[in-house]
Amino acid sequence: MKSMEVKLSSKHLLGIKDMSVEDIELIFHTTDNFKEVINRPVKKVPSLRDITVANLFFENSTRTRISFELAEKRLSADIINFSASSSSVSKGETLLDTVNNILSMKVDMIVMRHPAPGACAYLAKKINASILNAGDGTHEHPTQALLDAYSMIEKIGPLKGKKIAIIGDILHSRVALSNIFCLTKLGAKVRVCGPPTLIPRYIQSLGVEVSYNLEETLRWCDVANILRIQLERQDIKYIPSRREYAMYYGVNKKLIEKIGKDIVIMHPGPINRGVEITSDVADSRASIILQQVENGVAIRMAALFLLAAGINN
Amino acid sequence: MIQGREIINSEKFEIILRRLCHQIIEEYKDFSDTCIIGLQPRGSILSDCIVRLLRDEFKIQIDTYGKIDITFYRDDYRNRDTPLRASPTHMNFIVDGKKVLLIDDVLFTGRSVHAAIAALQDYGRPSNIELLAFIDRRFNREFPIQADFLGISVDALDEAYVKVKWNEALTSAQVFMFPQKPTV
Repeated sequence: MKSMEVKLSSKHLLGIKDMSVEDIELIFHTTDNFKEVINRPVKKVPSLRDITVANLFFENSTRTRISFELAEKRLSADIINFSASSSSVSKGETLLDTVNNILSMKVDMIVMRHPAPGACAYLAKKINASILNAGDGTHEHPTQALLDAYSMIEKIGPLKGKKIAIIGDILHSRVALSNIFCLTKLGAKVRVCGPPTLIPRYIQSLGVEVSYNLEETLRWCDVANILRIQLERQDIKYIPSRREYAMYYGVNKKLIEKIGKDIVIMHPGPINRGVEITSDVADSRASIILQQVENGVAIRMAALFLLAAGINN
Repeated sequence: MIQGREIINSEKFEIILRRLCHQIIEEYKDFSDTCIIGLQPRGSILSDCIVRLLRDEFKIQIDTYGKIDITFYRDDYRNRDTPLRASPTHMNFIVDGKKVLLIDDVLFTGRSVHAAIAALQDYGRPSNIELLAFIDRRFNREFPIQADFLGISVDALDEAYVKVKWNEALTSAQVFMFPQKPTV
Protein backbone atom coordinates (compact mmCIF):
# COMPACT_ATOMS: atom_id res chain seq x y z
CA MET A 1 0.00 0.00 0.00
CA LYS A 2 2.92 2.29 0.71
CA SER A 3 4.17 4.27 -2.26
CA MET A 4 7.89 3.53 -2.31
CA GLU A 5 10.33 6.03 -3.67
CA VAL A 6 12.78 4.26 -5.95
CA LYS A 7 15.08 4.73 -8.88
CA LEU A 8 17.66 2.79 -10.87
CA SER A 9 21.11 2.65 -9.39
CA SER A 10 22.79 3.51 -12.69
CA LYS A 11 22.50 6.38 -15.14
CA HIS A 12 22.93 4.01 -18.10
CA LEU A 13 21.63 0.60 -19.11
CA LEU A 14 24.73 -0.95 -20.63
CA GLY A 15 24.30 -4.60 -19.75
CA ILE A 16 22.72 -7.00 -17.29
CA LYS A 17 26.04 -8.12 -15.84
CA ASP A 18 26.39 -5.15 -13.50
CA MET A 19 22.69 -4.69 -12.75
CA SER A 20 21.30 -5.45 -9.32
CA VAL A 21 18.32 -7.74 -8.80
CA GLU A 22 16.50 -4.73 -7.28
CA ASP A 23 16.99 -2.78 -10.51
CA ILE A 24 15.68 -5.69 -12.58
CA GLU A 25 12.64 -6.01 -10.33
CA LEU A 26 11.99 -2.28 -10.48
CA ILE A 27 11.99 -2.44 -14.28
CA PHE A 28 9.58 -5.40 -14.18
CA HIS A 29 7.27 -3.59 -11.74
CA THR A 30 7.21 -0.50 -13.96
CA THR A 31 6.65 -2.70 -17.03
CA ASP A 32 3.44 -4.05 -15.45
CA ASN A 33 2.09 -0.50 -15.43
CA PHE A 34 3.20 0.23 -18.99
CA LYS A 35 1.53 -2.98 -20.22
CA GLU A 36 -1.72 -1.50 -19.01
CA VAL A 37 -0.92 1.74 -20.88
CA ILE A 38 -0.23 0.02 -24.23
CA ASN A 39 -3.45 -1.98 -24.04
CA ARG A 40 -5.86 0.90 -23.67
CA PRO A 41 -7.54 3.18 -26.23
CA VAL A 42 -4.98 6.01 -25.97
CA LYS A 43 -1.64 4.26 -25.70
CA LYS A 44 0.39 7.30 -24.82
CA VAL A 45 1.56 9.08 -21.67
CA PRO A 46 3.33 12.45 -21.46
CA SER A 47 6.22 11.43 -19.17
CA LEU A 48 9.13 12.17 -21.55
CA ARG A 49 7.62 15.18 -23.33
CA ASP A 50 10.70 17.29 -22.56
CA ILE A 51 13.23 14.58 -23.44
CA THR A 52 14.94 14.03 -26.79
CA VAL A 53 16.16 10.55 -27.61
CA ALA A 54 18.60 9.68 -30.41
CA ASN A 55 18.35 6.18 -31.82
CA LEU A 56 21.79 5.39 -33.22
CA PHE A 57 21.81 2.16 -35.18
CA PHE A 58 25.22 1.29 -36.53
CA GLU A 59 23.96 -2.19 -37.34
CA ASN A 60 20.82 -3.51 -39.01
CA SER A 61 17.75 -3.95 -36.88
CA THR A 62 14.02 -4.17 -37.47
CA ARG A 63 12.36 -5.41 -34.32
CA THR A 64 14.53 -3.65 -31.72
CA ARG A 65 14.55 -0.33 -33.58
CA ILE A 66 10.79 -0.30 -34.11
CA SER A 67 10.22 -1.41 -30.54
CA PHE A 68 12.41 1.37 -29.11
CA GLU A 69 10.89 3.94 -31.44
CA LEU A 70 7.38 2.94 -30.46
CA ALA A 71 8.29 2.95 -26.76
CA GLU A 72 9.73 6.47 -27.11
CA LYS A 73 6.67 7.71 -28.99
CA ARG A 74 4.32 6.17 -26.42
CA LEU A 75 6.23 8.15 -23.77
CA SER A 76 5.91 11.38 -25.83
CA ALA A 77 9.67 11.83 -26.31
CA ASP A 78 11.12 13.67 -29.30
CA ILE A 79 13.07 11.28 -31.47
CA ILE A 80 15.88 11.45 -33.98
CA ASN A 81 16.81 8.37 -35.92
CA PHE A 82 20.21 7.63 -37.30
CA SER A 83 21.43 4.67 -39.26
CA ALA A 84 25.07 4.20 -40.12
CA SER A 85 24.52 3.31 -43.77
CA SER A 86 23.10 6.74 -44.65
CA SER A 87 25.40 8.88 -42.49
CA SER A 88 28.81 10.49 -42.31
CA VAL A 89 30.17 7.34 -40.69
CA SER A 90 30.66 6.09 -44.21
CA LYS A 91 32.79 9.22 -44.79
CA GLY A 92 35.17 8.21 -42.01
CA GLU A 93 33.82 10.03 -38.94
CA THR A 94 34.64 8.39 -35.59
CA LEU A 95 31.94 7.15 -33.20
CA LEU A 96 32.78 9.79 -30.60
CA ASP A 97 32.65 12.62 -33.15
CA THR A 98 29.34 11.40 -34.53
CA VAL A 99 27.81 11.17 -31.08
CA ASN A 100 29.21 14.49 -29.86
CA ASN A 101 27.77 16.21 -32.91
CA ILE A 102 24.38 14.73 -32.18
CA LEU A 103 24.61 15.63 -28.49
CA SER A 104 25.45 19.26 -29.26
CA MET A 105 21.91 19.41 -30.66
CA LYS A 106 20.71 18.93 -27.05
CA VAL A 107 19.89 15.26 -26.97
CA ASP A 108 19.22 13.77 -23.52
CA MET A 109 19.34 10.02 -24.13
CA ILE A 110 21.00 7.71 -26.60
CA VAL A 111 19.77 4.30 -27.65
CA MET A 112 22.62 2.64 -29.50
CA ARG A 113 23.26 -0.54 -31.41
CA HIS A 114 26.82 -1.06 -32.57
CA PRO A 115 28.78 -4.02 -34.00
CA ALA A 116 31.69 -3.49 -31.60
CA PRO A 117 31.39 -5.11 -28.14
CA GLY A 118 31.79 -2.45 -25.46
CA ALA A 119 30.90 0.49 -27.73
CA CYS A 120 28.17 1.68 -25.32
CA ALA A 121 30.44 1.38 -22.27
CA TYR A 122 33.11 3.38 -24.13
CA LEU A 123 30.62 6.15 -24.92
CA ALA A 124 29.28 6.17 -21.36
CA LYS A 125 32.75 7.15 -20.15
CA LYS A 126 33.09 9.95 -22.68
CA ILE A 127 29.75 11.70 -22.76
CA ASN A 128 27.07 13.04 -20.46
CA ALA A 129 23.83 11.64 -21.87
CA SER A 130 22.13 8.49 -20.58
CA ILE A 131 22.95 5.51 -22.78
CA LEU A 132 20.75 2.52 -23.41
CA ASN A 133 22.46 -0.44 -25.06
CA ALA A 134 20.34 -1.89 -27.86
CA GLY A 135 22.95 -4.54 -28.65
CA ASP A 136 26.73 -4.20 -28.86
CA GLY A 137 28.29 -6.84 -31.10
CA THR A 138 28.47 -10.24 -29.44
CA HIS A 139 28.46 -8.68 -25.96
CA GLU A 140 25.07 -7.77 -24.45
CA HIS A 141 21.49 -6.96 -25.40
CA PRO A 142 20.01 -6.04 -22.02
CA THR A 143 16.46 -5.06 -22.99
CA GLN A 144 16.03 -8.36 -24.87
CA ALA A 145 17.09 -10.33 -21.79
CA LEU A 146 14.74 -8.28 -19.61
CA LEU A 147 11.79 -8.84 -21.92
CA ASP A 148 12.63 -12.56 -22.18
CA ALA A 149 12.73 -12.96 -18.41
CA TYR A 150 9.57 -10.85 -18.00
CA SER A 151 7.73 -12.98 -20.57
CA MET A 152 8.87 -16.17 -18.80
CA ILE A 153 7.65 -14.90 -15.42
CA GLU A 154 4.34 -13.92 -16.99
CA LYS A 155 3.95 -17.47 -18.33
CA ILE A 156 5.35 -19.69 -15.56
CA GLY A 157 5.70 -17.48 -12.48
CA PRO A 158 8.84 -16.60 -10.48
CA LEU A 159 11.98 -18.07 -12.04
CA LYS A 160 13.71 -19.26 -8.89
CA GLY A 161 14.56 -22.93 -9.45
CA LYS A 162 13.00 -23.01 -12.94
CA LYS A 163 14.97 -24.72 -15.70
CA ILE A 164 15.71 -22.59 -18.74
CA ALA A 165 17.52 -23.86 -21.83
CA ILE A 166 19.19 -21.51 -24.29
CA ILE A 167 19.61 -23.37 -27.54
CA GLY A 168 21.65 -22.54 -30.65
CA ASP A 169 24.49 -20.19 -31.53
CA ILE A 170 25.69 -19.23 -28.04
CA LEU A 171 29.10 -18.10 -29.27
CA HIS A 172 27.88 -15.15 -31.33
CA SER A 173 24.77 -14.31 -29.35
CA ARG A 174 24.53 -11.19 -27.19
CA VAL A 175 21.01 -12.34 -26.34
CA ALA A 176 22.43 -15.55 -24.85
CA LEU A 177 24.95 -13.70 -22.69
CA SER A 178 22.45 -11.15 -21.38
CA ASN A 179 19.92 -13.95 -20.81
CA ILE A 180 22.45 -15.94 -18.80
CA PHE A 181 23.24 -12.94 -16.57
CA CYS A 182 19.58 -12.04 -16.10
CA LEU A 183 18.21 -15.54 -15.50
CA THR A 184 20.94 -16.60 -13.07
CA LYS A 185 20.46 -13.37 -11.09
CA LEU A 186 16.76 -14.24 -10.81
CA GLY A 187 17.60 -17.70 -9.47
CA ALA A 188 16.85 -19.84 -12.53
CA LYS A 189 18.88 -22.89 -13.53
CA VAL A 190 20.31 -22.23 -16.96
CA ARG A 191 21.63 -24.69 -19.50
CA VAL A 192 23.09 -23.83 -22.90
CA CYS A 193 22.80 -26.33 -25.72
CA GLY A 194 24.20 -26.32 -29.23
CA PRO A 195 26.96 -27.74 -31.42
CA PRO A 196 30.36 -27.74 -29.61
CA THR A 197 31.78 -25.24 -32.11
CA LEU A 198 29.10 -22.67 -31.19
CA ILE A 199 29.44 -22.95 -27.40
CA PRO A 200 32.26 -20.81 -25.98
CA ARG A 201 34.85 -22.49 -23.80
CA TYR A 202 34.66 -21.73 -20.07
CA ILE A 203 31.00 -20.68 -20.32
CA GLN A 204 30.41 -22.88 -17.23
CA SER A 205 32.19 -20.17 -15.25
CA LEU A 206 29.03 -18.06 -15.66
CA GLY A 207 27.12 -20.65 -13.62
CA VAL A 208 25.44 -22.50 -16.48
CA GLU A 209 25.36 -26.15 -17.54
CA VAL A 210 26.41 -27.21 -21.02
CA SER A 211 24.83 -29.90 -23.14
CA TYR A 212 25.34 -30.95 -26.74
CA ASN A 213 22.22 -33.11 -26.77
CA LEU A 214 19.04 -31.30 -27.81
CA GLU A 215 16.55 -34.02 -26.91
CA GLU A 216 17.97 -34.49 -23.44
CA THR A 217 17.98 -30.71 -22.89
CA LEU A 218 14.35 -30.38 -23.94
CA ARG A 219 13.41 -33.18 -21.52
CA TRP A 220 15.18 -31.23 -18.75
CA CYS A 221 13.85 -27.72 -19.30
CA ASP A 222 10.65 -25.76 -18.51
CA VAL A 223 11.43 -23.07 -21.07
CA ALA A 224 13.40 -23.32 -24.32
CA ASN A 225 14.78 -20.05 -25.65
CA ILE A 226 15.85 -20.88 -29.19
CA LEU A 227 18.39 -18.65 -30.89
CA ARG A 228 19.18 -17.95 -34.52
CA ILE A 229 22.35 -19.11 -36.25
CA GLN A 230 24.14 -15.83 -36.83
CA LEU A 231 25.75 -16.52 -40.19
CA GLU A 232 26.59 -12.83 -40.63
CA ARG A 233 28.95 -12.95 -37.65
CA GLN A 234 30.64 -16.19 -38.65
CA ASP A 235 33.96 -15.60 -40.37
CA ILE A 236 34.71 -19.31 -40.58
CA LYS A 237 32.49 -22.35 -40.95
CA TYR A 238 31.25 -23.41 -37.52
CA ILE A 239 28.63 -25.80 -38.86
CA PRO A 240 28.81 -27.98 -42.00
CA SER A 241 25.47 -26.77 -43.36
CA ARG A 242 22.14 -25.31 -42.27
CA ARG A 243 20.50 -28.61 -43.21
CA GLU A 244 22.76 -30.56 -40.90
CA TYR A 245 22.21 -28.01 -38.12
CA ALA A 246 18.44 -28.37 -38.53
CA MET A 247 18.79 -32.16 -38.29
CA TYR A 248 20.68 -32.13 -35.00
CA TYR A 249 19.66 -28.88 -33.31
CA GLY A 250 16.41 -27.85 -35.01
CA VAL A 251 13.37 -27.94 -32.71
CA ASN A 252 10.48 -29.59 -34.55
CA LYS A 253 7.01 -30.86 -33.72
CA LYS A 254 8.02 -34.52 -33.84
CA LEU A 255 10.67 -33.95 -31.19
CA ILE A 256 8.32 -31.96 -28.93
CA GLU A 257 5.64 -34.66 -29.22
CA LYS A 258 8.18 -37.39 -28.47
CA ILE A 259 9.15 -35.63 -25.24
CA GLY A 260 5.49 -35.28 -24.31
CA LYS A 261 5.80 -32.44 -21.82
CA ASP A 262 4.77 -28.80 -21.84
CA ILE A 263 7.71 -26.59 -22.70
CA VAL A 264 7.39 -22.85 -23.23
CA ILE A 265 8.93 -21.99 -26.61
CA MET A 266 10.67 -18.64 -27.08
CA HIS A 267 12.71 -17.02 -29.83
CA PRO A 268 14.11 -13.48 -29.87
CA GLY A 269 13.73 -13.24 -33.67
CA PRO A 270 14.34 -13.01 -36.51
CA ILE A 271 13.35 -16.65 -37.02
CA ASN A 272 14.97 -18.82 -39.65
CA ARG A 273 11.98 -21.08 -40.13
CA GLY A 274 13.00 -24.65 -40.82
CA VAL A 275 16.52 -24.15 -39.44
CA GLU A 276 16.56 -23.69 -35.64
CA ILE A 277 12.78 -24.04 -35.30
CA THR A 278 10.02 -25.31 -37.57
CA SER A 279 6.86 -23.33 -38.27
CA ASP A 280 4.59 -25.81 -36.50
CA VAL A 281 6.53 -25.23 -33.25
CA ALA A 282 7.03 -21.48 -33.67
CA ASP A 283 3.31 -20.98 -34.28
CA SER A 284 2.10 -23.53 -31.72
CA ARG A 285 0.20 -22.76 -28.51
CA ALA A 286 3.33 -23.39 -26.49
CA SER A 287 5.09 -20.52 -28.25
CA ILE A 288 5.13 -17.04 -26.65
CA ILE A 289 7.18 -15.44 -29.43
CA LEU A 290 4.59 -12.74 -30.16
CA GLN A 291 4.06 -12.00 -26.47
CA GLN A 292 7.82 -11.39 -26.30
CA VAL A 293 7.47 -8.71 -28.98
CA GLU A 294 4.55 -7.06 -27.16
CA ASN A 295 6.39 -7.12 -23.85
CA GLY A 296 9.43 -5.64 -25.61
CA VAL A 297 7.68 -2.28 -26.02
CA ALA A 298 6.56 -2.18 -22.38
CA ILE A 299 10.03 -3.20 -21.09
CA ARG A 300 11.68 -0.48 -23.18
CA MET A 301 9.15 2.10 -21.99
CA ALA A 302 9.99 1.16 -18.40
CA ALA A 303 13.75 1.34 -19.02
CA LEU A 304 13.50 4.72 -20.78
CA PHE A 305 11.14 6.09 -18.12
CA LEU A 306 13.36 5.03 -15.23
CA LEU A 307 16.58 6.24 -16.88
CA ALA A 308 14.96 9.58 -17.74
CA ALA A 309 14.14 10.01 -14.05
CA GLY A 310 17.85 10.62 -13.51
CA ILE A 311 18.07 13.48 -16.02
CA ASN A 312 17.94 17.00 -14.63
CA ASN A 313 17.17 19.67 -17.15
CA MET B 1 10.37 10.37 14.73
CA ILE B 2 8.40 13.61 14.80
CA GLN B 3 5.13 13.38 16.73
CA GLY B 4 2.01 14.15 14.74
CA ARG B 5 -1.08 15.86 16.14
CA GLU B 6 -4.40 14.09 15.63
CA ILE B 7 -6.77 16.49 13.93
CA ILE B 8 -9.59 14.02 13.21
CA ASN B 9 -10.35 10.90 15.22
CA SER B 10 -11.91 7.81 13.70
CA GLU B 11 -15.38 8.59 15.05
CA LYS B 12 -15.45 11.98 13.37
CA PHE B 13 -13.85 10.48 10.26
CA GLU B 14 -16.75 8.08 9.83
CA ILE B 15 -19.33 10.86 10.32
CA ILE B 16 -17.65 12.95 7.62
CA LEU B 17 -17.44 9.92 5.33
CA ARG B 18 -21.18 9.34 5.57
CA ARG B 19 -21.88 13.03 5.05
CA LEU B 20 -19.82 12.90 1.85
CA CYS B 21 -21.77 9.84 0.72
CA HIS B 22 -25.05 11.68 1.24
CA GLN B 23 -23.76 14.68 -0.68
CA ILE B 24 -22.71 12.66 -3.69
CA ILE B 25 -25.98 10.67 -3.66
CA GLU B 26 -27.83 14.00 -3.69
CA GLU B 27 -25.81 15.06 -6.71
CA TYR B 28 -25.55 11.82 -8.72
CA LYS B 29 -28.78 10.03 -7.63
CA ASP B 30 -28.50 6.42 -8.89
CA PHE B 31 -24.98 6.84 -10.38
CA SER B 32 -26.19 5.32 -13.67
CA ASP B 33 -24.18 7.74 -15.83
CA THR B 34 -21.40 8.38 -13.34
CA CYS B 35 -17.94 6.85 -13.05
CA ILE B 36 -16.21 6.87 -9.68
CA ILE B 37 -12.43 6.97 -9.97
CA GLY B 38 -9.94 6.86 -7.10
CA LEU B 39 -6.43 8.26 -7.39
CA GLN B 40 -3.75 5.66 -6.73
CA PRO B 41 -2.37 4.84 -4.29
CA ARG B 42 -3.91 6.67 -1.32
CA GLY B 43 -7.02 8.21 -2.84
CA SER B 44 -8.16 4.76 -3.90
CA ILE B 45 -8.28 3.55 -0.28
CA LEU B 46 -10.79 6.33 0.36
CA SER B 47 -12.68 5.56 -2.85
CA ASP B 48 -12.85 1.85 -1.91
CA CYS B 49 -14.34 2.89 1.40
CA ILE B 50 -16.91 5.23 -0.18
CA VAL B 51 -17.94 2.71 -2.85
CA ARG B 52 -18.33 0.02 -0.20
CA LEU B 53 -20.60 2.32 1.85
CA LEU B 54 -22.66 3.27 -1.21
CA ARG B 55 -23.16 -0.39 -2.09
CA ASP B 56 -23.65 -1.90 1.36
CA GLU B 57 -25.35 0.82 3.40
CA PHE B 58 -27.10 2.86 0.74
CA LYS B 59 -27.84 -0.11 -1.58
CA ILE B 60 -26.73 1.75 -4.67
CA GLN B 61 -25.44 -0.18 -7.65
CA ILE B 62 -22.05 1.14 -8.74
CA ASP B 63 -21.03 -0.37 -12.09
CA THR B 64 -18.26 1.90 -13.26
CA TYR B 65 -15.66 2.16 -10.55
CA GLY B 66 -11.95 2.45 -11.38
CA LYS B 67 -8.59 3.44 -10.00
CA ILE B 68 -6.13 5.57 -11.89
CA ASP B 69 -2.40 5.99 -11.38
CA ILE B 70 -0.89 9.31 -12.38
CA THR B 71 2.85 8.60 -12.03
CA PHE B 72 3.38 8.76 -15.80
CA TYR B 73 1.47 12.05 -16.02
CA ARG B 74 3.23 13.98 -13.26
CA ASP B 75 5.07 17.10 -14.33
CA ASP B 76 7.56 16.76 -11.50
CA TYR B 77 8.63 13.13 -11.63
CA ARG B 78 12.15 13.97 -12.77
CA ASN B 79 12.60 16.91 -10.42
CA ARG B 80 11.94 14.98 -7.23
CA ASP B 81 14.84 13.52 -5.28
CA THR B 82 13.59 10.10 -6.30
CA PRO B 83 10.78 9.19 -8.69
CA LEU B 84 7.62 7.63 -7.34
CA ARG B 85 6.97 3.96 -7.87
CA ALA B 86 3.98 3.53 -10.16
CA SER B 87 0.82 1.80 -8.93
CA PRO B 88 -1.56 -0.25 -11.08
CA THR B 89 -4.36 1.42 -13.01
CA HIS B 90 -7.68 -0.43 -13.02
CA MET B 91 -9.93 1.08 -15.66
CA ASN B 92 -12.05 -1.40 -17.59
CA PHE B 93 -14.39 1.23 -19.04
CA ILE B 94 -14.13 4.46 -20.98
CA VAL B 95 -15.46 7.74 -19.64
CA ASP B 96 -16.77 9.12 -22.93
CA GLY B 97 -19.89 11.23 -22.30
CA LYS B 98 -20.05 10.17 -18.63
CA LYS B 99 -19.87 12.19 -15.42
CA VAL B 100 -16.72 11.49 -13.47
CA LEU B 101 -16.24 11.76 -9.73
CA LEU B 102 -12.53 11.83 -8.89
CA ILE B 103 -11.64 10.88 -5.33
CA ASP B 104 -8.43 11.75 -3.50
CA ASP B 105 -7.60 11.84 0.20
CA VAL B 106 -5.66 15.10 0.46
CA LEU B 107 -5.93 18.06 -1.92
CA PHE B 108 -2.64 19.90 -1.54
CA THR B 109 -0.95 21.72 -4.45
CA GLY B 110 -3.51 20.53 -7.02
CA ARG B 111 -0.80 18.99 -9.22
CA SER B 112 -1.97 15.40 -8.67
CA VAL B 113 -5.52 16.32 -9.62
CA HIS B 114 -4.25 18.20 -12.66
CA ALA B 115 -2.29 15.09 -13.71
CA ALA B 116 -5.35 12.93 -13.05
CA ILE B 117 -7.49 15.11 -15.34
CA ALA B 118 -4.86 14.70 -18.08
CA ALA B 119 -4.77 10.94 -17.50
CA LEU B 120 -8.57 10.68 -17.58
CA GLN B 121 -8.73 12.22 -21.02
CA ASP B 122 -6.87 9.17 -22.35
CA TYR B 123 -10.02 7.20 -21.51
CA GLY B 124 -12.40 9.37 -23.52
CA ARG B 125 -14.08 12.77 -23.22
CA PRO B 126 -16.09 12.92 -19.99
CA SER B 127 -19.15 15.20 -19.89
CA ASN B 128 -17.87 16.68 -16.64
CA ILE B 129 -15.38 15.94 -13.87
CA GLU B 130 -15.92 16.70 -10.20
CA LEU B 131 -13.56 16.22 -7.31
CA LEU B 132 -14.09 14.78 -3.86
CA ALA B 133 -11.27 15.36 -1.38
CA PHE B 134 -11.37 14.39 2.26
CA ILE B 135 -8.88 17.05 3.29
CA ASP B 136 -8.38 20.40 1.63
CA ARG B 137 -5.11 22.18 2.43
CA ARG B 138 -6.59 25.36 1.05
CA PHE B 139 -3.60 27.69 1.56
CA ASN B 140 -1.09 25.48 -0.27
CA ARG B 141 -2.56 25.41 -3.77
CA GLU B 142 -0.30 25.89 -6.82
CA PHE B 143 -2.98 25.24 -9.47
CA PRO B 144 -6.50 26.72 -9.69
CA ILE B 145 -8.23 23.52 -8.59
CA GLN B 146 -10.96 23.21 -5.96
CA ALA B 147 -12.88 20.29 -4.50
CA ASP B 148 -16.62 19.98 -5.23
CA PHE B 149 -17.18 17.69 -2.25
CA LEU B 150 -15.06 18.35 0.76
CA GLY B 151 -14.45 16.58 4.08
CA ILE B 152 -12.63 19.24 6.05
CA SER B 153 -10.36 22.19 5.38
CA VAL B 154 -6.97 22.29 7.06
CA ASP B 155 -4.87 25.41 7.32
CA ALA B 156 -1.22 24.44 7.35
CA LEU B 157 2.19 25.78 6.41
CA ASP B 158 3.75 24.56 3.15
CA GLU B 159 6.25 22.31 4.91
CA ALA B 160 3.62 20.67 7.13
CA TYR B 161 2.46 17.16 6.31
CA VAL B 162 -1.10 15.89 6.63
CA LYS B 163 -1.53 12.13 6.68
CA VAL B 164 -4.64 9.96 6.63
CA LYS B 165 -3.79 6.90 8.68
CA TRP B 166 -6.14 4.01 7.92
CA ASN B 167 -7.02 1.18 10.28
CA GLU B 168 -6.03 -2.35 9.27
CA ALA B 169 -9.38 -3.22 7.73
CA LEU B 170 -9.23 0.06 5.75
CA THR B 171 -12.71 0.98 6.98
CA SER B 172 -11.88 4.01 9.11
CA ALA B 173 -9.01 6.40 9.63
CA GLN B 174 -7.52 9.14 11.74
CA VAL B 175 -5.97 12.28 10.32
CA PHE B 176 -2.65 13.53 11.67
CA MET B 177 -0.74 16.70 11.03
CA PHE B 178 3.07 16.79 11.27
CA PRO B 179 5.18 19.97 11.35
CA GLN B 180 7.16 18.47 8.45
CA LYS B 181 7.15 15.32 6.35
CA PRO B 182 8.42 12.37 8.39
CA THR B 183 11.47 10.71 6.87
CA VAL B 184 10.15 7.16 7.37
